[in-house]
Amino acid sequence: MDFIYSFISPGFLSQILVGLSRTVILFIVASGLSLILGVLRIPNVFHGSLYMIGAFMSYTISVAFGGGDTGFWLALIGAPIGVALISLVIERGLFQYLYEREHLMLILFTFAISLVFGDLVKLVWGAEYKSVPVPQVFQGFVSLFGGLPFPKYNTFLLFMGPVVAFALWLLVTKTKMGKISQAAAVDREMVGAVGINVSWVFATVFVIGCLLAGLGGALVAPTVSVTLGMDHSLIMEGFLIVIIGGLGNIWGALLGALIFGLTQSLGILIWPQFGIVFPYCAVIVVLLIRPTGLLKSTW
Amino acid sequence: MVQSILGGKGRVWGYGGIIVLILLPLFLPRFYIYLTSLILLYGLFATSLNFALGYGGIYQFHHAVFYGVGAYGAALVITKTGLSPWLGFIVGPLASALLSFVMGLICIRLSKLYFGMLQISLGSLVWAVIYRWYGLTGGDDGIHGIPMPDIIATPNSAYYFTLIVTAASLFVIHRMIKSPFGSALQGVRDNAVRSEMIGVNVKRHQLAALVIAGFFAGVSGALFVVVDTTVFPDMLFWTFSMEVMIMCLLGGWFTFMGPMLGAALIVLLRTFISTFTVYWALFLGLILMFVIFFLPDGVLGFFQKKMKQKN
Repeated sequence: MDFIYSFISPGFLSQILVGLSRTVILFIVASGLSLILGVLRIPNVFHGSLYMIGAFMSYTISVAFGGGDTGFWLALIGAPIGVALISLVIERGLFQYLYEREHLMLILFTFAISLVFGDLVKLVWGAEYKSVPVPQVFQGFVSLFGGLPFPKYNTFLLFMGPVVAFALWLLVTKTKMGKISQAAAVDREMVGAVGINVSWVFATVFVIGCLLAGLGGALVAPTVSVTLGMDHSLIMEGFLIVIIGGLGNIWGALLGALIFGLTQSLGILIWPQFGIVFPYCAVIVVLLIRPTGLLKSTW
Repeated sequence: MVQSILGGKGRVWGYGGIIVLILLPLFLPRFYIYLTSLILLYGLFATSLNFALGYGGIYQFHHAVFYGVGAYGAALVITKTGLSPWLGFIVGPLASALLSFVMGLICIRLSKLYFGMLQISLGSLVWAVIYRWYGLTGGDDGIHGIPMPDIIATPNSAYYFTLIVTAASLFVIHRMIKSPFGSALQGVRDNAVRSEMIGVNVKRHQLAALVIAGFFAGVSGALFVVVDTTVFPDMLFWTFSMEVMIMCLLGGWFTFMGPMLGAALIVLLRTFISTFTVYWALFLGLILMFVIFFLPDGVLGFFQKKMKQKN
């Protein structure tokens, strides 16, 4: 009985909630990655750098407005927009000439950009840790399940996940833009043939995907220490999530993020030393059972 | 061997190069001998990747795992057991080959990008285990000051050991590429369906290529232990796999000596640029972008094309 009780113990439940808040961040970043991979077929390695830049920008904006509530909300809007602008410049300046290249070249090219971004962040923000203050509204804890303390900010994250998922679903399935991009994912030449400017469709999808990376960075900033190198671990997780979910499938990204976030947080509970091994094991199991991902990919 | 690489005058260049490499310790200071050793072993590592990726067309995205396992295998045999270090240099590469076989069996039924991603996932698993297993691998500190047998303990003797092993390995890899197996492998790369139709077992050829590539990556990892006497988990991190791909790309994918040239360029540029700025990654990124835009065949590939046009 003790064994069963340990599974519904407060520690276990709170670890699930922590895992779910992590899932939200992973989902927001991975859905952007999935969108770009699904429509443009670019495995975007510097997506992680954009996430990092989003977090650093959020720090700058937040500090510029005195670190209070206004600063936080402005950062939450401003950082993703800043990241989107950077990505627009890169797409128009570099990427639109490379769409026909093979995946290997694209991966290396996006890796090159991530190297450049990594050093530019070091130049602009320095190598020290930065911390973004949690806004007044979300400071402290709420008690769940009879006295279990849970950070208020994480409840905000749990709220943001479904909001972003719903907004993305609307964008992809209900707007003209989304429908065109879905068509372009299947056959870009045909879409061009009916008189649609595919180049700008791609640019828009790219910018929206990158905006999500920036949003993920801005949302995660108050919960972690913002630092160089936060891009490298995240991008790997993002790719694996997209792969196990099914390329280009937003619900797949959600499912993948859920698997990743939960195995990560519960793994730490089960075997602290090798907690980081569990998500990778989950990915391997999924890919052995369903080699092309859990849900239907757009390719 | 060199003739097919550089054309008619290749033999002269090749022998000249080998003689220069043998005489190098006579007139170069210690630091440059160390750098040349690094170039040789990175070059071997990049060549082994090129065998799978360039000649085999397999999306081997996380090749650094085999390099790291080779290095850790050798280092662990030397530090944790009382056995001869030479045994370690054999165990390391064999461990890489075995891991390569197991990972290959799991990944091989997927193709292209999915193959690469599953491979990265499995590789990250290996990295995570080594990174966290403090008791055995020293965790994120790695293992330092690994004792070497006296005969290869000085920089010069380590250099000669690296040179001999690298030259022998390159010779073997080159023979494999020129063998019927190598031709079949390139056939699989260019048209898997047609190769299957004429009776080539596609998966088995790819698996063999992966094991060979993994083995030689392990050899280069063991050489790193000889030259640097350290191992650390970053040797298995995925960014290092990207860096070695950059070496292949910079030198030229479909050329035999391209990866070696790329390794030399990267090591020399890194050393040179690091003397006046800490922003080496920035320069590497810019160089890489330039190469992808203007030299997609790499430096050696570019010159080969030029030479073909002339003839």
